[in-house]
Amino acid sequence: MTATQERPADEVEREIGRDRRRKEDQRLITGRTRWTDNITLPGMLHLAMVRSPFAHATITSIDTTAAKASTNVVAVLTGADFGDELGVCINAWAITTDQVTPTHSPMPSDRVSFAGEIVAVVVARTAAEARDAAELVDVEYDELPAALDLKQAAADEVLAHPDLGTNKSALWVFDSGEAGTGGNVEDAIAKARTDGIVIEREYRQQRLIPAFMEPRSVVVDPTGEQNTMWSATQIPHIVRFALAATTGVPESKIRVVAPDVGGGFGGKLQVTPEEWIAWAVGRRLGKPVKYTETRSESLLSAHHGRDQWQKLTLAAEKDGSVTGFKVELLADLGAYVAIVGGGVPVLGAFMFNSIYKFPAYHFACQTVLTNKTWTDAYRGAGRPEATYAIERIMDELAAEVGVDPLAIREKNWITHEEFPFTTVAGLEYDSGNYEAATARAKEMFGYDELRAEQMARRASGDTVQLGIGVSTFTEMCGLAPSRVLGQLNYGAGGWEHASVRMLATGKVEVITGASAHGQGHETAFSQIVADRLGVAFDDVEVLHGDTQVSHKGLDTYGSRSLVVGGEALVRAVDKVIEKARPIAAHLLEASVDDLEYSGGRFSVKGTDQGLAIGEIATAVFTAHNLPDDVEPSIDAEATYDPINFNYPHGTHLCAMEVDTETGAVKMRKYVCCDDIGNIINPLIVAGQVHGGLVQGIAQALWEEAVYDDAGTLVSGSFVDYLLPTAADTISFDVDHTTSPSTTNTLGTKGVGEAGTIASTPAVVNAVVDAVRHLGVNDIQMPCTPERVWKAINGPGSGGATEGAAMPHFESGGAAGNQEQPGTSSTEGAGA
Amino acid sequence: MTRISLNVDGASVSDDVEPRMLLVQYLRERLGKTGTVIGCDTSNCGACTVHLNGTSVKSCNVLAVQADGAEVTTIEGLAKDGKLHAVQESFRECHGLQCGFCTPGMIMQSVDLLKENPKPSEEEIRLGLEGNLCRCTGYHNIVRAVQHASGQAVNS
Repeated sequence: MTATQERPADEVEREIGRDRRRKEDQRLITGRTRWTDNITLPGMLHLAMVRSPFAHATITSIDTTAAKASTNVVAVLTGADFGDELGVCINAWAITTDQVTPTHSPMPSDRVSFAGEIVAVVVARTAAEARDAAELVDVEYDELPAALDLKQAAADEVLAHPDLGTNKSALWVFDSGEAGTGGNVEDAIAKARTDGIVIEREYRQQRLIPAFMEPRSVVVDPTGEQNTMWSATQIPHIVRFALAATTGVPESKIRVVAPDVGGGFGGKLQVTPEEWIAWAVGRRLGKPVKYTETRSESLLSAHHGRDQWQKLTLAAEKDGSVTGFKVELLADLGAYVAIVGGGVPVLGAFMFNSIYKFPAYHFACQTVLTNKTWTDAYRGAGRPEATYAIERIMDELAAEVGVDPLAIREKNWITHEEFPFTTVAGLEYDSGNYEAATARAKEMFGYDELRAEQMARRASGDTVQLGIGVSTFTEMCGLAPSRVLGQLNYGAGGWEHASVRMLATGKVEVITGASAHGQGHETAFSQIVADRLGVAFDDVEVLHGDTQVSHKGLDTYGSRSLVVGGEALVRAVDKVIEKARPIAAHLLEASVDDLEYSGGRFSVKGTDQGLAIGEIATAVFTAHNLPDDVEPSIDAEATYDPINFNYPHGTHLCAMEVDTETGAVKMRKYVCCDDIGNIINPLIVAGQVHGGLVQGIAQALWEEAVYDDAGTLVSGSFVDYLLPTAADTISFDVDHTTSPSTTNTLGTKGVGEAGTIASTPAVVNAVVDAVRHLGVNDIQMPCTPERVWKAINGPGSGGATEGAAMPHFESGGAAGNQEQPGTSSTEGAGA
Repeated sequence: MTRISLNVDGASVSDDVEPRMLLVQYLRERLGKTGTVIGCDTSNCGACTVHLNGTSVKSCNVLAVQADGAEVTTIEGLAKDGKLHAVQESFRECHGLQCGFCTPGMIMQSVDLLKENPKPSEEEIRLGLEGNLCRCTGYHNIVRAVQHASGQAVNS
């Protein structure tokens, strides 16, 4: 809103859309923080974990004598020392009714299933003494053959859990022909083999580690009627539920607090063995206990992400109009089916068709157990994998047809007039404008100029070639409509809760079930309440992350906090106003029909009579003069179940320089124009986009969790797992177009995962584009100089065109988890 | 046990410490200076950065006994008389932090960087912060914050 002559002098500036500096920051920039590891309680004991060095082994004996005899050691406990009181780590989403799910004890006593699994816990008066004594626990193992390579594991050559008889956990299938949302994909492929184009590729989604900056930590205080757990978690409410469900402790006796939490990115969306062990030990000993992992433990045992093989078959007409898309995934679950587990690739199942109008679509995902660290959500969770596959293969189609990658997208995308649009995967996209976002991104990028430079470098045979990468992504976020989750066999709902407490002094406490860990909810939610309720931004206090304060919620992940939690907040605020209305009418001696609410004030139409909401809060507090049939409270709460997912989109353009002599790659420019609907706080949005971009770029260029042949994680420290630094990255050009969401009041869309989802294929497309003229059509991530150099110079690396279709779900494959993708084939026009 | 005496954030302190105790453990566990945090075990992340006699160090890479007689400044001692340091202000102004876990180290390193090079280029800022990891911001706004603190023009 701009200031005008007509604007009343007392009208406050709208908060929504303002680049408010964050309320959170004052504490964080001065060190006045409450990380879980900062918490110290009287008599608190410290835990250290004894972890298996083997990927798969039978535990034959555990000798704790020396550890127990160590100075200031209070107890050494193993799985055998606990019965059911230890509980289990749950899987909340059996993706099929016949899913094979190994029991996941927090501390198994008979057999370990991955290197890093906990076999004993040492309790001592200091953390140092606990760690020293952990070295003295003598565990004897009989090593078992380990299922490590994903493709070999899928062939059941070696079993990760011999008692289950198979490594195959679940096969999840969607077929547009069967679902009635589109045609038969096999028909489309068969037709394309005759008179069209068939592109077949196999892409690797390497294993990543979320690597939040705050290592996980848990404190358990078993004193008091309610036992309290502080945990560096994204999901205090779900942890509380799962503790109650698996340990037999009544939910009403459990309080879980997520205090300051230093990032999560999905990595703290988990119920962890460490939490469950700390809970059991604290209750067993009757003393507060603390466990804080080292970074090496975190990289080893906190869940990993991604890890898929993707077999893709794209059928198109000769002009590039896509007629069908077939996706077959192998997804590595690791040693256990984690809380979301196989649901992660299923979250991608609806997104491989992305922004396009594909007539036929087939998706199948086989989840597979291996003897590696278990996998689960990592920023984007299924949708980055889907976006990578479709955006990489659309570039391949463009190359085959011989047109610009943006042209092939435009030929196939949903136009802005066509919204709302029901996709071949059965989702209804409410709004979007791919043309506008793309036009803006091209303008910011200087697309035509960079294409001209690329042609000039190719013509001159420059040793440094320029590549331009495109990613026109969309995602489904705002998890999630409960009924849809129910249809997918997920174990919980997707609603969110909010309440508003009107304090006697006129201040406003807002309680949200979302659980921020760096996102800035305190600031953004204050802006929403300030505008809607008409109170000052600084008068709003946002509380979260403590199940005794925020008794109801489903926490923060899947870009849901604003679009689901924010809507709950809007509805709670509206209820406050409606509860205050009859009281205002009573106090003003007016009819409710004559009242209007604006700027935090009820006024009687046509008069200068009015009452501020704070004055009503005070009147309710004294309760001296209220209408007869009204309770003395204007506090309100709301639980909101979203009616649909939420579909942000955007166009990302990346320019990469590739040194063809060394394989070194360098990012030259990165531009994105995201349509995330209406923006509450542009500063926070920019931060989410920047950080998301770098996580996605890091998958393309640097990060990979690597195991050796024995199942040992060799990228198990920050020396070896390559988190990007300031010196590795560049500044970004970020802008937005706006198509408000039609499914929530504020017209907002999620932004937390957008940058990560979009950027990975933009970068790899750019690297491949730089060397495609040298016969390269794929480079496995991360695109290290060695891999790029080999793609340019090595045998069999460049764009081989084969006549035969690749078999799907073929068993075997090369050993290890770093093999190159399978051969590609392209048939049809231009080949 | 070894007796050490030092000055931390303007206060004189003295303790008996194990020779193996790291400075960051001493700050957190003995002095309650929990503003300084531990993010790794290989001195890669820089979250524990403090100033030792006016120069930035990773306090996980210094033994407490090595700080005997020294002057240590942590994030908790950076603001003077209730007034934030210009770098602290700039991190807030430019949204140079999200979860805030790397922030104490990032700010302490930025202060040191600007002391050595008051008007750094973007590249010099990026190289100067190479030893401090952040997972939230993508570094974009951290670079802006340092530019802002140095009084230079800040790009969007």
